[in-house]
Amino acid sequence: MNKNDSLVDQKRRAILGGMGGTAAAIVGLTIAPGVLLTQTAQAKPVDEAISSKTRWGILIDTNNCNDCNDCVTACEEENGWGSGSTDEQKSRPDQKAQWIRTVKVTDKQTGYAKTLPMMCQHCEHPPCVDVCPTGASFKRDDGIVLVDKHICIGCRYCMMACPYKARSFIHETLTDQRSYMPRGKGTVESCTMCVHKVDNGENPACVDACSSSMTFGDLNDPDSEISKELARHGGTQIRADLRLNPGVRYQGLNF
Amino acid sequence: MHVMHILKIISLAVLLLTATGINADVPKPKPIHGEGQCVEPEDDMKRNHMEYILHQRDETMQKGIRTSKHSFKQCVSCHAVKDDNGEYVRIDDPSNKHFCATCHEFAAVSIDCFQCHADTPRSTDKHELRVNK
Repeated sequence: MNKNDSLVDQKRRAILGGMGGTAAAIVGLTIAPGVLLTQTAQAKPVDEAISSKTRWGILIDTNNCNDCNDCVTACEEENGWGSGSTDEQKSRPDQKAQWIRTVKVTDKQTGYAKTLPMMCQHCEHPPCVDVCPTGASFKRDDGIVLVDKHICIGCRYCMMACPYKARSFIHETLTDQRSYMPRGKGTVESCTMCVHKVDNGENPACVDACSSSMTFGDLNDPDSEISKELARHGGTQIRADLRLNPGVRYQGLNF
Repeated sequence: MHVMHILKIISLAVLLLTATGINADVPKPKPIHGEGQCVEPEDDMKRNHMEYILHQRDETMQKGIRTSKHSFKQCVSCHAVKDDNGEYVRIDDPSNKHFCATCHEFAAVSIDCFQCHADTPRSTDKHELRVNK
C-alpha cells in the first residue's frame, strides 16, 4: 500500500468517526428522566480492525425451539458442508463435518425434554486454543474462536480438548467449497459464528434461519438485545463448572 | 577505443540472437488478464502477488478487515477463465488454462491455496462478492 492510500484511509476514518459521533447523538433520545433510548449500529467499516470492545454471543431460548432442523440446514447451506456440499462422499457419517447439531436432552425422572442446537460455544477461555501446538486455534479480539487452516497440522488435540464436541476433521480432498469459507483436507474446523457475515454487520446464518429462539449480539454492550434479555431472564452456560465463559447461552434448561 | 566499441556491438548481437533463440523454443505463459486495471501494476503483481495476499490473509483472518483490494477472493473472481463449454476452468485442469496454473505450471512452483480456497467463482455462494477497494 502506498503512502497516499494510507493517508486517504486515515481521512476517511476520521470522517466516519465524526459521523458515528453525530449519529449516536441523534439516536440517543431521552424518553423520560434518567431513561435513555439508544441504538448502536453493529456494522463496522470494512477497513477497520475488530476490537475487544465487542464480544459476540448467541442466546438460544429452548422454550421456543420448534425441534426443527432449520439452524443446521442454514449452516450447511451457508458454509458448504453436509447437505450444502457435494464433498465428503467417502467419509463415514461419524467422520463427516458437523458444525452444528441438534441435541435432545431428557430428564429421565420427570420426562422433561428439550431440544437444543449445539455448536462451538466460542469460550472466553477456549481449551482448544490452550492445547493447540501450532497456534492455529485462536480467539479473535471480538471473542470468535477460529482455526487458522494455514498453520493447522491436523493433530486434532483441539477436538479432544473441546467439551462440546464442536470440532470436525476433514478426511478427504474437497472441491466444492464456498468462496468465502475455505475448507480443506487435513485440517480441523468448526462453527465460525459466520465470521464473514458478522464482519459485514449481518447475523449468523443459523440466527437468520431461526428468529424465534436465537438472538445474536454484543455481550459487552449493555444496550444490545442479547444483553438486555440476559439481564432480564438470565441464561445457562453449558458445563458452567468448567469456567470457560462461553459466548453461547441457553434459556429454558431447567433440569 | 574503436575495438572496444566493435566488441560491444558484437556481444550485444550475440546476446540478442541467443535471447530470440530461447523465445522461439519455449512458449512463454500467457495469463489471461482480468477486466479493467489490476489493483497494482502488472510488473509489481508478477513479483509480489504472494506478499500482498499473505498480508491480506492475516488482516482478514485475525483482524476481520475485509477490503477487496488484495483479497484472494477478488483475484479468483477477476481472473476466472471459462472453457469452450462456458464452464469455469478448475486449477487441476490438464489444459493449465486456470489463471494461476498458466504461470505456476510453467515455473514448476506448486501452490496449495486451492486445497482449501475455491478456485473459481461459485454459484453456490450465498453472498455476492462485496467490492470495497
